Amino acid sequence: MSAISAPGPQAAPAASPRRRLLGWFARHRRLQLGTLLALPVGWLGVVYFGALILLLLSAFWVVDPVTGQIVRDWTLANFQKIITHPDPYLVIVARTVVIAALVTVSDAVIAFPIAYFMARVASRRTRNILAVAVLIPLWASYLVRVYSWRLILSQNGLLDWFFTQLGIPGVGDIFGYSDLSMTVVFVYLWLPYMILPIWAGLERIPDSFLEASADLGGRPLMTFRRVVLPLAMPALVAGSIFTFSLTLGDYIVPQLVSNTQFIGNVIFSQLGVAGDIPFAAAFAVIPIVIMGIYLYAASRVGAFEAL
Amino acid sequence: MKVRKAAAAFATVAIVAGACSSGATTAPPTTGPSGTSGATASTGAGSPTASAVPLPTAIGPGEGALNLVIWPGYAENGSNQKDYDWVTPFEQQSGCKVTTKTADTSDDMYNLMVQGHGQWDGVSASGDASNRLIDAGEVAPINVDLIPDFKNISPFLQSPPHNTVNGVHYGVSLGWGANLLLYNKKAFPTQPLSWGSVFDTAQMDAYKGKVTAYQGPIYIADAALYLADKKPELGITDPYELTQDQFNAAVDLLKAQHPYVGKYWASYTDEIDNFENGTTTIGTGWQYQVNTINADKKVEVGSLIPTEGATGWADTWMLSAYAPHPNCMLAWMAWALKPDVQKQSAEYFGEAPANVAACPQLDTNPGPYGFKDFCTLFGATNESFYNHISFWKTPRADCGDSRGTTCVPYKDWVDAYTAILAG
Repeated sequence: MSAISAPGPQAAPAASPRRRLLGWFARHRRLQLGTLLALPVGWLGVVYFGALILLLLSAFWVVDPVTGQIVRDWTLANFQKIITHPDPYLVIVARTVVIAALVTVSDAVIAFPIAYFMARVASRRTRNILAVAVLIPLWASYLVRVYSWRLILSQNGLLDWFFTQLGIPGVGDIFGYSDLSMTVVFVYLWLPYMILPIWAGLERIPDSFLEASADLGGRPLMTFRRVVLPLAMPALVAGSIFTFSLTLGDYIVPQLVSNTQFIGNVIFSQLGVAGDIPFAAAFAVIPIVIMGIYLYAASRVGAFEAL
Repeated sequence: MKVRKAAAAFATVAIVAGACSSGATTAPPTTGPSGTSGATASTGAGSPTASAVPLPTAIGPGEGALNLVIWPGYAENGSNQKDYDWVTPFEQQSGCKVTTKTADTSDDMYNLMVQGHGQWDGVSASGDASNRLIDAGEVAPINVDLIPDFKNISPFLQSPPHNTVNGVHYGVSLGWGANLLLYNKKAFPTQPLSWGSVFDTAQMDAYKGKVTAYQGPIYIADAALYLADKKPELGITDPYELTQDQFNAAVDLLKAQHPYVGKYWASYTDEIDNFENGTTTIGTGWQYQVNTINADKKVEVGSLIPTEGATGWADTWMLSAYAPHPNCMLAWMAWALKPDVQKQSAEYFGEAPANVAACPQLDTNPGPYGFKDFCTLFGATNESFYNHISFWKTPRADCGDSRGTTCVPYKDWVDAYTAILAG
């Protein structure tokens, strides 16, 4: 008589509640996915989008001029005010968009050679060092970097002193507090965000493509124009999303390094000076629409795959 | 392949980390609104009306804390200058631990109060915020009998229209001063005597880009004040109550000034920095900046009230209608008006004290920032001098005189000012 029971099909152990639940989820995969995502998506939906929608809703209200409290009567008055006053509001929007585009192009021109060098030319060690070098400024506070540039570019600042030593006075007057200084600071601030996507995009181009192009008789410039650039374009556009949107929404750099007003400054002053949240919200709709169009165009070019 | 994937992943993480770190809330250079969102602001239903709530007849026990919204330099605890400390002895005596929030402009103060119900106990409001605060029910009436030094306040400051409405006191005056013309003594060996040195384009050609101006819509009144003297045909009598024509003329003057301004200042530290590094050599400022710049000894600035007069500010300590620690605030008001405290605060900021009982000490026993005949020079007891300054007040559609309600309200000032800066 064997005390050991023979191996064979045995009765299933009594299912614990936990086992039953897991089994049920295993049979309803979609629900399993949904429950898993519920918390993060819920946070995104409620806290992030909910707050944004509340703010944008207030664009359709107005502020009582005497008490400064919001009157919740639905009206298009804020949007009318923007349209009937192209100067200054639409002028400011135009200026912001133009400078954002200028910064994007400048960053692309500066970042491409650096990213190309890192992706295709540099040895592994050099590439790593360069990657660290590109990223280190991001670890310093944004304000510290902007104030540093203010010190460099101000009249009697570092740049002015340097050129005065070389015998060229007045450089500080050209920079100082101006649109030029502001553009320089923006180009510097967002350069890492342009270098990294381009680097990632260029990394993806197989060497065989370049060899094939050379075999077909392509000179380096032709190869660059016809092979590398089109393949890197999605990455360029991905990087441009950062530089364009970050410049579009910034209000601290214009305040610190220039006398001009960006979209963000108008919103900030409407909030901080006039306490007119509805108007600030209405004005905030403009950059949201601009970025919506930009992102749609970028997705069509394939920028999101490059990210 | 592995290196490329790793590189791409690394790049993505780095970008996200970088975007997070740069998008993180960095303190804006000027204070912005804080507290509850305006969309949920109360409609003022909780504000007490003057007649409904009987005012306390004695200051009750302290609640242990005090949160103030202040102009810079109004609540010193010795950390900036060890001889000027009137917060520490107050904390020791009353048991109310003081925390302060510095505001750069009256608009900042107004918005902090409106959006921070229950957060602030009091505010040192200038005349262009005080009436708005009273109208909005943001500040509570106080019983001036609780302030022992009230009777010693200059008679013209006991019940001024910017803090006393229909005989009800909404605070106590604490001091006043003018917006002066500051100039770098080296750049201007002869003292500039007129506001024309910052408004007349012919004069400014010599130092284009070195001019500064106060950043805020209320600065339009300074242009109006200059035009009241320069262009009497406009008929400007009150720089804050302007008809549309007068307003347009003032705005045009500021638009003409815009290319000559190197940097507008909203934060007093900006102006101090710009004078000290030579970016700015002339413009509007406060005695506080003059004292600080001259103490730093990098440049020497002089200051004066030009021939056309000046705009100015008369400040009031006001109790918030939503104060969590009202007794501490009342105790602070009583403390701030004591002669020795008034002496310190007047010298440190560079303003005329409200309590003239402080004058004997100010005139004869000056501290590090004071000087002999302080009260005389600041005109603390000089009513005609006080009347000569155009104090900040909120521009309203109601002109307050025979012109009826044809004047330009403050909301339009903000819009026009955005256009001036955008130009």
